Amino acid sequence: MIKVKINGQEQSWDGDPDLPLLWFLRDEAGLTGTKYGCGQALCGACTVIVDKQAVRACITSVNDVAGREVTTIEGLHPNGDHPVQKAWRQLNVPQCGFCQAGQIMQAAALLMDNPKPSHDQIREGMAGNICRCGCYQRIENAVHLASTGV
Amino acid sequence: MNFIDNPRKLRGFEKHIKVEKVSRRSILKGLGVTGGLVLAAPVMSRQALAYETGAGKMPHGVVVDPRVFVSVGADGIVTIVGHRSEMGTGVRTSLPLIVAEEMEADWSRVKVQQAHGDEVKFGNQDTDGSRSTRHYLIPMRQIGASARTMLEQAAAKRWGVPATEVKAVNHEVVHSASGRKLGFGELAADAAKESVPSIEGLKLKDPKNFRYLGKGQIGIVDLHDITTGKAHYGADVRLPGMKYAVIARPPVTGGKLVKFEPEEALKVPGVEKVMQVRGWPWPSKFQPLGGVAVIARNTGAAIKGRDALKLTWDDGPNGKYDSVAYRKELEEASRKPGLVLRKEGDADAALKSADKVIVGEYYLPHLAHVAMEPPVAVADVKGDKAEIWAPVQSPGGTREDVAKTLGIPEANVTVNVTLLGGGFGRKSKCDFAIEAALLSKELGAPVKVQWTREDDIHNGFLHTVSVERIEAGLDKSGKVIAWRHRSVAPSIASTFAAGTLHQAPFEIGMGLVDMPFEIANISCENPEAAAFTRIGWFRSVSNIPRAFAVQSMVGEIAQATGRDQKEMLLELIGSPRIVKPNVKDLWNYGEPQDSYPIDTARLRKVVELVAEKGEWGRKVPKGHGLGIAVHRSFVSYIATIVEVAVDDKGKLTVPRVDTAIDCGTYVNPERIASQIEGAAIMGLSLAKYGEITFKDGKVQQRNFDDFQVVRMDESPVVTNVFIVPPVSDTPPSGVGEPGVPPFAPALINAIFAATGKRIRSLPIGKQLEA
Repeated sequence: MIKVKINGQEQSWDGDPDLPLLWFLRDEAGLTGTKYGCGQALCGACTVIVDKQAVRACITSVNDVAGREVTTIEGLHPNGDHPVQKAWRQLNVPQCGFCQAGQIMQAAALLMDNPKPSHDQIREGMAGNICRCGCYQRIENAVHLASTGV
Repeated sequence: MNFIDNPRKLRGFEKHIKVEKVSRRSILKGLGVTGGLVLAAPVMSRQALAYETGAGKMPHGVVVDPRVFVSVGADGIVTIVGHRSEMGTGVRTSLPLIVAEEMEADWSRVKVQQAHGDEVKFGNQDTDGSRSTRHYLIPMRQIGASARTMLEQAAAKRWGVPATEVKAVNHEVVHSASGRKLGFGELAADAAKESVPSIEGLKLKDPKNFRYLGKGQIGIVDLHDITTGKAHYGADVRLPGMKYAVIARPPVTGGKLVKFEPEEALKVPGVEKVMQVRGWPWPSKFQPLGGVAVIARNTGAAIKGRDALKLTWDDGPNGKYDSVAYRKELEEASRKPGLVLRKEGDADAALKSADKVIVGEYYLPHLAHVAMEPPVAVADVKGDKAEIWAPVQSPGGTREDVAKTLGIPEANVTVNVTLLGGGFGRKSKCDFAIEAALLSKELGAPVKVQWTREDDIHNGFLHTVSVERIEAGLDKSGKVIAWRHRSVAPSIASTFAAGTLHQAPFEIGMGLVDMPFEIANISCENPEAAAFTRIGWFRSVSNIPRAFAVQSMVGEIAQATGRDQKEMLLELIGSPRIVKPNVKDLWNYGEPQDSYPIDTARLRKVVELVAEKGEWGRKVPKGHGLGIAVHRSFVSYIATIVEVAVDDKGKLTVPRVDTAIDCGTYVNPERIASQIEGAAIMGLSLAKYGEITFKDGKVQQRNFDDFQVVRMDESPVVTNVFIVPPVSDTPPSGVGEPGVPPFAPALINAIFAATGKRIRSLPIGKQLEA
């Protein structure tokens, strides 16, 4: 039995310990905010925060996070008012929106690590997250806005 | 030549013929529509409005009925139905916003409800072809005006005053003479009893009183849900007892399963069953390819189970498809005469007598859509009833195809449209929904079919591959006197009809025969090309290769004659005029020529605007260059300037992009800007990396590592968007797709300016490193 804390709640799993965290979150725990985009840690759509670090849930097994704390988009802020989320709304960032949970989690982790990132640091720090609609310009501006206070 | 110009027509050719022969009204009658104001198309009569569109010719046409689209609760909440699919363009916000504007509803008290697939009720729902605003601006205004009128009539009756004395203003109806007011909620029950006014008598708002339209201050309705993970896409649907499935499909289009050994897959924890899925012979239209499904308690287990399957395939007739060899075939075909589609003057003779002939042979490979959300669908089939939840661009077509496949009446199929995690044309094809329906029927349980990214790339409906060869003949003064353009590419029609060798009217109408330059001798030709994989619509479709070739050639002519690119471009466009190509039944994005002519004044205007705002001719640092391109597509006019920087190792960056768009009357400039910003990135992706190749009939790419798209660190630093203000009542035109075509040629022209290297083959890949 693997125990893992997700958004502050203890969850347990007695199935395949190698099951990617992504599918545990989505299909077993019903937390569908975290998205599948590639399964190979290439696109960042499944980004969650594990103990203050952004990780790709698609190549992280449930076993890898045993006893650790996982934060998903649903748990980033109780009212959805994390500065990154607010900045996102202020700048109308999303188009289709599918990659945005991963983008927001990546941005939140980036700002935890570096509260005042430069233009280049934002572009590099967010380069693991693909947006096929092409919202990058607004994502960059939103991360900057979140870092300067919304 | 196949007569097809949109996915719906391809779904049922016979049906389309039927639609063409009888009036819309009789069809609606035949389908048993009663009550409500269901109008026969075309609804936009000349006397009422200044323009007509092709909306009425779409399957099931247009329905203008406030009782279908609007409901007002006693609490005052106005619910407006969004009947088009939201894939990122903002349409789920924009169309209801039009209704709210016209009915004087306060947007903060409006809820948007997504329509299920029902085209008899809602009218055509195919969200493709950059058509939604263009076809629905006026119908949505009419729906809003009808609802407003009914509320006003109800209030007038309540007060016993003439309806002409009352007026709806911001969610209430007021009688200014007496100062009385009633909220929409208080009037809801009475208004519902009012008769629906006739369209001809409706009074539409004066645009100068618009509160929302054209302003761009309203965020998309799903903004909060998207940022908090609550927005629901296809894969987010969860039903009690639902099974999770992934399918191993034939690696070669048209291939068949010989045998499968499920033993190892069944040993994977969580895997419950392995079963065969029915496939359709090639060309399979929108039907599934077939294969073997692994059913599990979660998607992760299903994927692991599939990896353990042992499968033997017969690759079938397309097992030899090889992109290297195929390119040579296309190139050779482009060097010989082909089917002449447009002929003005005598291009052959003019080329022979020309002082100088410039030849450009351009190659553009297959592309995959790779929407961030791969295809996915949930189905629950019980007896002769089916319910689908899926991110589809074609809810009506999905309903029709699922019903036909299962052999049940369409009325028994409910298609719930989720948000789409990107579409780009891929989700106009409902094969994934049919797969889920087939599996659910067999299992007797709800099933979710999830495509992996590898499935999406291996088994998609790819953008075509093409060689575009242009020969331009110049006289002694450098004036272009001859233009011969041969386009060779497998057609989308090949996915529907075996033996298709020529492109369809809707493909040749995308930048080949509608080429707007003022040249005396023109020949547009289409040599034959067979297809060996599924070809489908990809955002902006054939406009990608056409704009690339035509606008690169403008750069080449400028280069050869030592002239400024922009001046060359304006010279070729020529005088302000309406272009009437000598083409039989010219396809004009389904729109009448009267409302949507090829207008070179508008084409010139976007070139001039982008040149001014984008500071054409500005001094750029060493290693930088500017390029320009313009293209009319989806009846909109777009010009783009790209500034590129290429370092001494050949690394390419894009410091700045400027785009000017003339899309006529518009609804939400903020979303237009977002579409154009995104189009620049999609354009850069396809120019820099986009290439799907085949060997032994199989796609050689797998995922985002070998089919790359642009990431943030290499995306344009800034994209500026300039929207041409509409002149009076200029009809609205496309926005979702037209931003893509001019980007790549503007980039290539900029690269030439920066480096002196002319790139004629996409993707750029390592060409700048050599």
